[in-house]
Amino acid sequence: MGTWQWAAGLVTGPASPEDLIAARTQMALSLGWHIILACLGVGMPTLMVLIEWRGLRTGDEAYRRLALQWAKAIGVLFAAGAVSGTILSFELGLLWPAMMGMYGQVIGLPFAAEGVAFFIEAIFLGIYLYTWNRVSPKAHLLAGLPVAISGALSAFLVVCANAWMNTPVGFTAAGGRVRQVSPWRAMFNPAVPHETLHMIVAAFMVAGFLVAGVYAMGMLRGNTDRRHRLGFVVPFTLAAAFTPIQIIVGDYSGKSIHELQPAKLAAAEALFRTQAGAPLSIGGFVSGDRLHYSIEVPKALSLLAGGSFDTVVQGLDRVPRADRAPVGIVHFAFDLMVSMAFALLLLSAWFAWSWWRRRDLPRSRWFLRFAALSGVAAVVATEAGWTVTEVGRQPWTVYGHMRTADAVNPAPGLWAGFALVLLVYLVLTVVILYVLRLLRTERPVAPQEPEELPQARAR
Amino acid sequence: MDLAQIVLIVMWAGVTLYALLAGADFGAGAWDLLAGRSREGMPRREFIERAIGPVWEANHVWLIFVLVVLWTGFSGVFAAVMSTLYIPLTLAALGIIARGTAFAFRKAARKLWQQRLFGGAFALSSVLTPYFFGAVAGGIASGRVPPGLARGSIFTSWLNPTSALGGVLAVLVCVYLAGAYLCGDATQGGRPDLAEWFRVRALAAAAVIGVVALGGIAILWWDARPLYEGLTHRALPVLLASVVFGAASLVLLWYRLYSLVRAAAMLGVITILWGWPLAQYPVMLPPALTYRQAAAEMSVLAATIIVIAVGVLLIVPSMAWLISVQRRGLRGGEPPP
Repeated sequence: MGTWQWAAGLVTGPASPEDLIAARTQMALSLGWHIILACLGVGMPTLMVLIEWRGLRTGDEAYRRLALQWAKAIGVLFAAGAVSGTILSFELGLLWPAMMGMYGQVIGLPFAAEGVAFFIEAIFLGIYLYTWNRVSPKAHLLAGLPVAISGALSAFLVVCANAWMNTPVGFTAAGGRVRQVSPWRAMFNPAVPHETLHMIVAAFMVAGFLVAGVYAMGMLRGNTDRRHRLGFVVPFTLAAAFTPIQIIVGDYSGKSIHELQPAKLAAAEALFRTQAGAPLSIGGFVSGDRLHYSIEVPKALSLLAGGSFDTVVQGLDRVPRADRAPVGIVHFAFDLMVSMAFALLLLSAWFAWSWWRRRDLPRSRWFLRFAALSGVAAVVATEAGWTVTEVGRQPWTVYGHMRTADAVNPAPGLWAGFALVLLVYLVLTVVILYVLRLLRTERPVAPQEPEELPQARAR
Repeated sequence: MDLAQIVLIVMWAGVTLYALLAGADFGAGAWDLLAGRSREGMPRREFIERAIGPVWEANHVWLIFVLVVLWTGFSGVFAAVMSTLYIPLTLAALGIIARGTAFAFRKAARKLWQQRLFGGAFALSSVLTPYFFGAVAGGIASGRVPPGLARGSIFTSWLNPTSALGGVLAVLVCVYLAGAYLCGDATQGGRPDLAEWFRVRALAAAAVIGVVALGGIAILWWDARPLYEGLTHRALPVLLASVVFGAASLVLLWYRLYSLVRAAAMLGVITILWGWPLAQYPVMLPPALTYRQAAAEMSVLAATIIVIAVGVLLIVPSMAWLISVQRRGLRGGEPPP
């Protein structure tokens, strides 16, 4: 046994601060990766139904071919999303068992409901792909609707669980145990309206801009046939329409956070002093308890947060040092998100102007170049937004109730798991991109699809 | 019947479905490993791929379902199992990813060396993943996972005789289940030569299961006495039923009655799976934590049951529609473009 114990000591030793960092990084990586897929899983089915409906209205075959191609892409992305979703449910337990052991019963409900929504999305996606030429076009379009609806519902339900971590209600904590749990109250907590709305709109933007970006790249290479044009215009129009809406929803989110989590708003704005007439700070870097070299818009923060110049905005001076989020990261992520949103707004306005004037895309190649990058910008904005939400909640996992350091698995050696997971996600990314590229050859590759003759196993 | 019992039964039904559906997919991956050299194994591998292609993703939903019901209904048990057994569970999770990725990639790969590489990864992870799940079950059943956070040994909790038995049995059962399904699929698909190839090997797998199970009784007597007591007393009828179903499926396989083989093999697996909780009831985490002590509050259990009931009402008709659509596709009708 001596050798065995010595070997065990190499891998382990007691749980350490490094383990906490490894666990947090692993969770951030898995969530960040999953969010992109989730956005596509929420937004793309709507695009697919939309374009098939246009095809029905116009009788144009190009629309239908696009719908089929997108359905196959959804099939691939959905499969990958199912795998990464499985990993996430494992990680909640493997990395944060202290949180799940105490609060699992409080936030289990939205997850259970999300499981149902996910299942229905999987079933109807299967039906949609399977009945492509077998039922009447109208019936087929109807089979696509539940895919789109349950996709959006999934996003709503999962974000309910995250909202609860920011505004935990629906239980009383006593002596290391929770009592008097009311799961429905916990699920529909105060942060639900702004978080879910902000996320679902973001998902539509990510899906629209990313899909449009693929066709914009094709057009830059000289493929300007009708299919490429439609494949660009429909998703881009949808995403562009959601962009101004998202900025309004974002403003509403800011006002809600001012009410619910003032410390988070203070970190996002790097506001160190509680004051009336607080300025809006753009850019700059934090050192010590000051924000240096930022552009300040006087009194704008008070106006945005509370609707008048004399609204008192709480600063970080009201937050004990041990309870502060890493201000530099949160502030940078917040500015990144907002700047991406306004860049996308400008691009959408350019498109709208040209469409209004000439019923056509802008002629400039620069428009296509920016449009090709718009999907990346939307993804960056989404990831930055989640950074504001999650890092801005630190050092808490359950806001005001449980610290992240106390939620982590006390078992040693978590860094080894992180190294493995990192490797796996790299491979997974390569695979998805490769399979999606193959889709352009129009070979059936989605795992739910039959090859030649469907030989589904009757179960 | 109290609410905690209902949630427990629903959760175990999820485990059963996961074993019957995804377990068979894992087993199919193991058959892929046994399918022989590249050239002669090609038709077998293609057939396996065709059989599990449309369903393997959906079958994984059951695992997520089980995890969610466990952490909602029995948070403390979930935390104890996940924190103590985090090594095998991490490896199982990685196995699931590697498997899905390799499967999707092999379908898209065109070069032989690529197909070999991904096929190898797919087959290997198909064997390792059920092994780790079986080892987790063995660790819990032999009382090596105490309540609390990471209270058990992070090594011996899954490196012990009962875990080894659980792991090996899990792999073998998956292999047998897949073999039984594939025989039927191959006959329906008009490939009696393939069916014959699977049949001989499924018979061999069944014989090995019998030997391991007999040896397993001794291992449990020596390593997990309370479980042994439960299995030989309260759960004895279920245990005998699993032997009967197993033997029946073997005879049916011998006489090539494949549609009945599938049903008998499924019933055999179901009885094995329900024997374990029955043997240790009402204890959830041996040696002492009962399901009642571990259960969430009534309000939570009721809400969970409501959500699951609504889910069943929505899912069953849609699932029935999907299956009927696929059946129609099997009976002819032109393939999708």
